[in-house]
Amino acid sequence: MEKRVVFRSAWLPYALVAPQIVITVLFFFWPAVQAVWYSFQVQDAFGLKTEFVGLRNFAELFADSHYLDSFKITAFFSIIVAGAGIAISLVLATFADRVVRGALAYKTLLIWPYAVAPAIAGALWAFLFAPSVGILSYFLRKTGYNWDWVLNGDQAMFLVIVAAVWKQISYNFLFFLAGLQSIPKSLIEAAAIDGAGPGRRFRDIVFPLLSPTTFFLLVVNIVYAFFDTFGVIDSITQGGPAGATQILVYKVYYDGVKAGDLGGSSAQSVVLMAIVIALTVVQFRFVERKVNY
Amino acid sequence: MVEDRPWLTFLAHAVLIAGVALVAFPLYVTFVASTLTAEQILTVPMPLLPGSHLIENYSQALSSGSTMGASAPVGRMMLNSLVMAIAIAVGKIAISVIASFAIVYFRFPLRNFFFWMIFITLMLPVEVRIIPTYKVVSDLGMVNSYLGLTVPLIASATATFLFRQFFLTIPEELAEASRIDGAGPMRFFFDVVLPLSKTTIAALFVIQFIYGWNQYLWPLLITTQESMYTTVIGIKRMIMTGDAATEWNLVMATAMLAMLPPALVVVLMQRWFVKGLVETEK
Repeated sequence: MEKRVVFRSAWLPYALVAPQIVITVLFFFWPAVQAVWYSFQVQDAFGLKTEFVGLRNFAELFADSHYLDSFKITAFFSIIVAGAGIAISLVLATFADRVVRGALAYKTLLIWPYAVAPAIAGALWAFLFAPSVGILSYFLRKTGYNWDWVLNGDQAMFLVIVAAVWKQISYNFLFFLAGLQSIPKSLIEAAAIDGAGPGRRFRDIVFPLLSPTTFFLLVVNIVYAFFDTFGVIDSITQGGPAGATQILVYKVYYDGVKAGDLGGSSAQSVVLMAIVIALTVVQFRFVERKVNY
Repeated sequence: MVEDRPWLTFLAHAVLIAGVALVAFPLYVTFVASTLTAEQILTVPMPLLPGSHLIENYSQALSSGSTMGASAPVGRMMLNSLVMAIAIAVGKIAISVIASFAIVYFRFPLRNFFFWMIFITLMLPVEVRIIPTYKVVSDLGMVNSYLGLTVPLIASATATFLFRQFFLTIPEELAEASRIDGAGPMRFFFDVVLPLSKTTIAALFVIQFIYGWNQYLWPLLITTQESMYTTVIGIKRMIMTGDAATEWNLVMATAMLAMLPPALVVVLMQRWFVKGLVETEK
């Protein structure tokens, strides 16, 4: 779609796009190019000398069992976070769409966690589950369960998943609610007249019609689990214990900022960029089919 | 409602109440902890009813911060967060609205190239280019400054898209009429386009304010002085390893303070928030 009526000026349009373009080049493209460039180099321990090593950083990366573990951890983490977040929100949204009384109150009470920063969500759950003072740890211990996520990797993983899902429910909920409200009532009524009960209607009509929303949320949630959960992880486990919650983004940060391995961290950045690009392409190919710009 | 099934309505309310409780429980415990003394929290299990130290905890957090770890006053951190959130929201909207205006209302060489350049930034989140971006900012001498906190984050593909889509729906007649009346492009922009974009701007502002307030990784890298910490960073710096050493009452008071502004924005501006969320993401 294009405008028929346009203005003419030799310089004005350039001046108008300039701020956005300057910032984009300076803080997006230039660093991205540098990340790629660094990923082909090795720096000595004092940062005095750099040597071009071709693909060696990548070869080392994929031979490194910690990195491969981090891949598996990230895959597990994002599938569970996306799956659990979507399932819980779908249930809540389906019921919220059904109630008449108190609908606005429920909605308001369910959406506010969107405003909570991931790092703060992490801090809240870290407090609830703090090994010695946490109130939930206390109840767990009372039931005889040996709860100490500082030492136990699986428990640490469980904790970061809970915090990450809790934070994301409100977002998914809003999109499902919007999706449910856009389903024509006549379809539901027709099915009801044909004798389909609520469960049958959900399975055969509502859920299939929601599939675009579900797919969209699946991609968004995976992106969320990959990148935005950095704050959750950093405020609860810092990737520990023994790397059990070290997702890929956290490893880029840790190796680059804390351990000072510029080449290795940049190679990881390049791998991550490839993943984001793939996810974005998937998302847009899907959006293109549905939305016309 | 298609049919009346009382048990199903009852189940719906039960599930929703359970959901609300699940979502609200951490908030409630946080609030309770922020009204207790540090010693009360250390008695296991901690009390689950609010204590009497609400005012002490909040005033201590706001004016002098924690005595362990980060000791900057949270009042200062809130100011930093506020500056960051507003600068990012306003900056993103300002540079995106003019860029989209140029892309929609002008024909010029490289127009599509610029559009795609902005679009591609979607694929380069800060998390994947941490170190080189930090280097650029430090070479520019912007570490520990508001400029360093905000400017690298204000490029926005989503806002540019949203404005572009909205501008495309503005009737052609308006631009035609303005031109016949002799208005130049900027006059048209300020007198016609901007007033029409009010709701889009409001919706974007809500979303971007929350985005800016909740930033974590970027301020973590860019702020090394306590006086530049944002609230979200401050909380992380107050949590000590080994939970007995952490002054949980102050950490939780700070967490409440950190959640309050964006939560208020979401709840009070719910209409704009929902509109902004649904439109920026689709």
